[in-house]
Amino acid sequence: MHRRGPAFWLLTGFFALFVLFLYGPTITITILSFQGPSGGLTFPMRGLSLYWFGNLFEKQMVGDFAGSFQRSIVLGLATMAVTVIVSFSAGLAFRKRFRGASVVFYLAIASLIVPSILISLGIGLLFRVTGIDTAWYSSAFGAHLTWTLPFGLLIMFAVFNRFDRRYEEAARDLGATSWQTVKHVIVPIVLPSLIGVGLFGFTLSYDEFARSLYTAGTFNTLPLEIYGMTTNVTTPVLYALGTFTTGLSFLVIALALVSTIVLRRRRARHGSDAGKAA
Amino acid sequence: MRRAAAWVTYLQVTPLSLVFLLFLVVPIATIVVVSFFDYNTTEIIPAFLLQNYEELLFSPVTWQTYLQTLEFTVITWALTLAIGFTIAYYLAFYVRSATWQTVLFLVCTIPFWTSNIIRMISWIPFLGRNGLLNTALLHTGLIHQPLEFLLFSDFSVVLAYVHLYTLFMVVPIFNSMMRIERSLLEAARDGGASGWQTLWNVILPLAKPGIAIGSIFVVTIVMGDFVTVRLMSGGQTASVGLMMMNAMSLLQYPAAAANAVVLLLLVLMTVGVMMRLVDIRKEL
Repeated sequence: MHRRGPAFWLLTGFFALFVLFLYGPTITITILSFQGPSGGLTFPMRGLSLYWFGNLFEKQMVGDFAGSFQRSIVLGLATMAVTVIVSFSAGLAFRKRFRGASVVFYLAIASLIVPSILISLGIGLLFRVTGIDTAWYSSAFGAHLTWTLPFGLLIMFAVFNRFDRRYEEAARDLGATSWQTVKHVIVPIVLPSLIGVGLFGFTLSYDEFARSLYTAGTFNTLPLEIYGMTTNVTTPVLYALGTFTTGLSFLVIALALVSTIVLRRRRARHGSDAGKAA
Repeated sequence: MRRAAAWVTYLQVTPLSLVFLLFLVVPIATIVVVSFFDYNTTEIIPAFLLQNYEELLFSPVTWQTYLQTLEFTVITWALTLAIGFTIAYYLAFYVRSATWQTVLFLVCTIPFWTSNIIRMISWIPFLGRNGLLNTALLHTGLIHQPLEFLLFSDFSVVLAYVHLYTLFMVVPIFNSMMRIERSLLEAARDGGASGWQTLWNVILPLAKPGIAIGSIFVVTIVMGDFVTVRLMSGGQTASVGLMMMNAMSLLQYPAAAANAVVLLLLVLMTVGVMMRLVDIRKEL
């Protein structure tokens, strides 16, 4: 469409700089996290070691890293599961007209645009006023859901807007009940998107700071722990933690991408397997 | 049969509605109620006072802080819009193969799924007094003393905002641009429009919904932010979010709540204006 004139190369250069800007800092701390034991927060590298990664797992050095990591993983998985199920279910409902649909829709939008600190503050106050103790598995869990569910719902809208309803009608004509239609037709077709919603749910929760601040209660989640470390840790152990947690995020993203690609490939090869289930 | 279907629909949307009710509506209502409460050093006392609002609105510190936050918001908005639009424009109209488009789009979005706090910290070895940038500049002889304004300053706060949130502009603008009929661009060219004219008179107006959605994200995030300001300014700059945090740490919950209500109204007004430009449901 466009000839590859100067504009193309100019924009390509701009794009490359943008990518460097996005990834440069992360790459820098990844390199620095392999500092030798006497290394500092900046270059030069004083040797190459896994010293700071080892340091990370010694409890007394950096607070409760292992515990907060465990809590964040469990919370992330729970948020993932609930986000997938609840947004899928709500997505099905929104394909029909029902009273209050626009109220629920605007609540979802509000949930996205109300600043996280207000949600955090509000839930914190609510629990205080009602005399219930905040905890990472109750109040923080709810706070995270207010952030992941709107994303999940919007993705489900986009998915169902492009959904070919003839598959469903065919299933119904062949005598499938509504439940069978959902299980054997709709779910297999939208599965790649559900994986996407799950990825959103997990990583948004795993990295969430503001919404956990006044809701996590006595025990920290990982981002709260990291935030605490930024103010009192001045060794590369901070970078080791950054590399570790970023690596984990990349692993989750890679898993989600690979499973989506595999599903698409399989479908391309076999056609939709929607009708094949008994 | 039809009645049963309606019943199922409500059942399907109940879990979502419950979460929003319990963890959005009731908490925000709690903030509003508590903002009228009285407090002393140890407890909050149910009451109906306007005192929290009076103390807040008649304090010059409040106004300075809100102005500072608005300044960050406007600067960040302008930068993320300019960069985000350019990146989306490149991806949508200059990258020709669909595979490359997907790959490059993913490259732009992947950092969104990693920890914001870690991404902020990552600037330290780059911008610090002995950081990469200062070292490089000293080596080239361009400067003779390390630049102090690079880290723990308003500059680094804005830099971190742009670093973290440009993505929120790229995605919706790219989405809007991908919906533009390619035949429109050909028509513009056939009609004799230059590249700039096509960009200005065809692409820009059609990308407006994406711009509005991206702007809503960026503006609301920056207005409510406190982590970025806290970490990247090294505690030297104020923000509305930090002001609330300080009140909370002094157990002045009603004062924090009053501030929260004011911030919420400001955010909702801003978003209300932007929502007039776009029907979000049509964009999905």
